[in-house]
Amino acid sequence: MLQVVMFNLTNGLIVGAFYVLMALGLSMIINLSNVVNFAHGNFLALGGYFAFMLTPYIGFWGALLVSPLLTAVFGYAIEQLMIRHVYARNHIYSLLLTFGLGFIIQDGCRYFWGPSPLPLGIPDILSTPLTPELFFITWYRIFMVAVVIFAVSGLFAFLRFTRIGMRIRAGTLDLDTVSALGVNVAALRSYNFAVGSYLAGLAGVLAAGQIGLNPNMGDDLIMPSFIAIIVGGVGSLTGTLLGGLLIGVAAALTTVVYPAASEAVIYVIMAVVLLLRPRGLLGEEGMLS
Amino acid sequence: MNGLLRHKYATTAIIWVLLLTVPLWLPLLGGYTALAGRVLVFGLAAMSFNMLLGFTGVMSFGHAAYFGLGAYGCGLFLKYVTPSTPLAMIAGTLLGGIAGTLFGLLLVRRRGVYFAMVTIAFGQVCFYIAYKWDDFTGGYDGLRGFARAPIDFGAFKIDIANNSTAFYFFIVLVFGLAAAAQAFILRSPFGRTLLAIRENERRARFLGIPIEKHIWLSFSISCFFTALAGSLYALLNNFADPLGLNYIMSGNIVMITVMGGMRAFWGPLVGAVLFVMLQDYVSSMTTNWMFFVGLTFVCVVLFFPRGLMGMFQKGAKT
Repeated sequence: MLQVVMFNLTNGLIVGAFYVLMALGLSMIINLSNVVNFAHGNFLALGGYFAFMLTPYIGFWGALLVSPLLTAVFGYAIEQLMIRHVYARNHIYSLLLTFGLGFIIQDGCRYFWGPSPLPLGIPDILSTPLTPELFFITWYRIFMVAVVIFAVSGLFAFLRFTRIGMRIRAGTLDLDTVSALGVNVAALRSYNFAVGSYLAGLAGVLAAGQIGLNPNMGDDLIMPSFIAIIVGGVGSLTGTLLGGLLIGVAAALTTVVYPAASEAVIYVIMAVVLLLRPRGLLGEEGMLS
Repeated sequence: MNGLLRHKYATTAIIWVLLLTVPLWLPLLGGYTALAGRVLVFGLAAMSFNMLLGFTGVMSFGHAAYFGLGAYGCGLFLKYVTPSTPLAMIAGTLLGGIAGTLFGLLLVRRRGVYFAMVTIAFGQVCFYIAYKWDDFTGGYDGLRGFARAPIDFGAFKIDIANNSTAFYFFIVLVFGLAAAAQAFILRSPFGRTLLAIRENERRARFLGIPIEKHIWLSFSISCFFTALAGSLYALLNNFADPLGLNYIMSGNIVMITVMGGMRAFWGPLVGAVLFVMLQDYVSSMTTNWMFFVGLTFVCVVLFFPRGLMGMFQKGAKT
């Protein structure tokens, strides 16, 4: 029994880590641009497929470094080409735009790489279990969690200590003032979108190493990421972090008791949070409400 | 009668003449009557959604939930309770409408992107319930094993079960009643208040209008009508599909509305004509239909944000 709980707890932490990576990127884009990027799950898949293409040439480690960057460039291009044109309009347009974009990317992946799942090779050292007793924890799982912790700390440091990060934080609070102070808000939003895409791409490479690749691999992650943001509170990245881990672990622990309800529990948590604390756990009053 | 009003009446008249003569001209164009039924069902769903988006200025991205609940409510009633078409439609409408009314209570304080995200999430709740509860809802395969029943008026019977033309006119009747009710609501003082909220929420609040209550009512009414469309959809296919509850369906409803023109009463119906034609054509031409549907979404948003009807209107905002 202890092993079952342990197994699901680690599972939950890992799934939660993915939710966090996805949700942080989404959350950053929502905070600064007021755009819910429906195609974020497809950005994740693209990150995975980029890694699949790069691995034969530069190996897994190289792909882990390069393919999130490629995803970021892709995101930047998409923002320049399409998304920046709808900032001034009703939110419904940005939702529809990214929704359609998601369709295009997904079918594009299917066209280029085929509809059947593909494996992403990972170094042998990572695929061995930790110890014979803890056979369910491979080094890859530890590695994933380490990368996520590293990436999230990196993100928070970036936002805290760099000039552009500070501007992003300031823009989240009051974009008009930031613009009046002479910051190029359009460029800021583009960089911000690229950072969000980078996180999706990174999640894509990590996920591909664990579960393999398929064109709709991001679909299962997008909804929990929304809920992580709602639970954590729109406008608060720390809240998103907390929300992602919370629903990941809660879903995994429910699997121990009653597997059929593992997805439902995410929605129950959301409903409870909305009832008791409508702005989310760490959401600020008046933020986007 | 001024020009604008005459224009409005002319549009309405043209639409009704076209709808009532569908069995005469659609086969000549190579269509079939069930296709026109689908247009009306999607059109009604999108018009109901547009009461919220176009006439209250609040966006929901989860209306598939109420559409799908209407379909499941209708189908489950026909299958497990009694094979009566009108009662089943009432059951479906009530199921979707009441669910929407209850969700609405949790939603009204939210705005903008946050409102949309919470509606999406609620929509997915309904999807998961239908998906997971196999023995009751049919799970992944959808709900089968029910069929629309002829409507018995005592003196005479309308055989909507086997006669597709009769069923089409039944849909037209329901659609007409629902559209008339919507037009009545939107022209009432209540409807005007919704417009005021859409145009300037802060000013409306200063005038003492209880904003939250109005948005909640508008959301609930919209959900009831959407669920009615959903129950018609179940009758049309004799089948309720879990994918009809999914957020992709919600996206389609939004798309139909925007494509047709969200500031025009009949816009969503025009959008439904375009959407059904596109869906029918593209899915018969290629397996990569998602690519083309996605491309249409992107192009409409970037190049035709006011939709087809909007292009004929002056001064409409996007």
